[in-house]
Amino acid sequence: MDWLYALWPGLETTVGLLSLQPPGWGGNLLRGALASLQIALGAFALGLLIGTAGALGKLHGGPVTRDLLSVYTVVVRAVPELILILILYYAGTDLLNQALRALGQRPVEISGVVAGIAVLGIVQGAYATEVLRGAIQSVPRGQHEAARAYGMGAVQTFRRVTFPAMLPLALPGLSNLWLIATKDTALLAIVGFSELTLETRQAAGSTRAYFTFFLAAGALYLAMTLLSGRIFGWIEARYRRGQAAQ
Amino acid sequence: MTRQRIAEEVFVPHRIIMIALALGLVIWAALSLRWDWIPRYYDLALQGIWRTLWLLGLSCLIGFALAVPLGLAQAAGPRFLAAPARAFCTVIRGTPLLLQLWLIYFGVGSLFPQFPWIRESELWPYLRQAWPYALLALSLSFAGYEGEVLRGAFKSVGAGQLEAARSMGMGRIAIFRRIWFPQALQRALPTLGGETVLQLKATPLVATITVIEIYAVSSRVRQDTFIIYEPLLLLAVVYMVIAGLLALMFKLLEQRFNRGMLG
Repeated sequence: MDWLYALWPGLETTVGLLSLQPPGWGGNLLRGALASLQIALGAFALGLLIGTAGALGKLHGGPVTRDLLSVYTVVVRAVPELILILILYYAGTDLLNQALRALGQRPVEISGVVAGIAVLGIVQGAYATEVLRGAIQSVPRGQHEAARAYGMGAVQTFRRVTFPAMLPLALPGLSNLWLIATKDTALLAIVGFSELTLETRQAAGSTRAYFTFFLAAGALYLAMTLLSGRIFGWIEARYRRGQAAQ
Repeated sequence: MTRQRIAEEVFVPHRIIMIALALGLVIWAALSLRWDWIPRYYDLALQGIWRTLWLLGLSCLIGFALAVPLGLAQAAGPRFLAAPARAFCTVIRGTPLLLQLWLIYFGVGSLFPQFPWIRESELWPYLRQAWPYALLALSLSFAGYEGEVLRGAFKSVGAGQLEAARSMGMGRIAIFRRIWFPQALQRALPTLGGETVLQLKATPLVATITVIEIYAVSSRVRQDTFIIYEPLLLLAVVYMVIAGLLALMFKLLEQRFNRGMLG
């Protein structure tokens, strides 16, 4: 290594700053990345649940359900995520504690992870509703009708016909949503939850090595998004097996 | 939409009830929440809205101007131009805007004072403020997303169109300006409208590097008066109005571009 350090004067300090042991901040960055990943996974899963319910409600629900769901998707898609996070973060904990007090319970401290997942999940749900609705709509009607004709119930039709047929159509949109989820975790830095971006800013602030740390964090995010792009590509290829190329 | 269709869509029993409930909610909010702070911050809020619109407009223009060569290089450029353009779009789309913003403001900004020729140049007074960094980060981000959109749009223009133009004896620049670009733009417009709304939703992030736009005004109200929800609710309404106006603007633009088109 010594010849490399001699060739590149600043490298030794950079390696020292990024090392995983305490004088270096690499460990903090990795912990932050793990927290980001955890929240993104939780929010994506919650978003899929809300999105499935929302898409089915928009397609098969009554007029009231449909109008309420459009209000939800329009509001979430027009208001910045940061504002939604602040409103839900403050109002959500406040309302929950008021409800608990009314029931005679003690107020609870909501952990940052739970709040983050809940808030980002609600945002993801609105986008997932639209993605899944579009995908379900592009499954040919004849397939539903055939399933009905075989005597399948609504749940069975969805599980065995609609869902497998719409999944390849929904996957590109869902992979986009996953990328948005990973990047939106950075917004939680502003409400003070220590995920990758906030850890990076703290490391950069206390060592004054802004450039090094922000570039390192960028590389970590990029690794996450590129790797998940590969994984989604693989899943998509798997689900398109046996289908005509498009 | 005709007046009759509006009447048919609105005067449905459940919609009347929902509108009444929403109005009730608005009246309740107006009466029981605190709005007495508004007069004091009125001028500041107007300045904030102006700054938001200005940042949005300028960053979209600069971003679009950068995105055209980025998209063109990826769609039809030689390899040595296509590969860096592709890498730029991947990096922008793969990292959070907040991180890009902080990298440019804190990272690049902290490098500048080390160079005497920058410190002594005409640009130095501007480089000591926050808004040039905000504008740069927002523009680069918009260029990254838009470059990807335009790549698809440039590719989707049929090869026959370009061949026909060439056989008419048009030069490269004329083909691009009169055949290729207009058709690609027409196809990219719906996505462009969506991206512009996303760009609007990205602007509050610049408040973290001390640029005073409308979100920063609301957080100042929060710090001064300890009123939490009311400024945030009002802010959500402001963003929804701007997003709605943007959507309307792009709808009109699309109609204009689609004139004379079949289907």
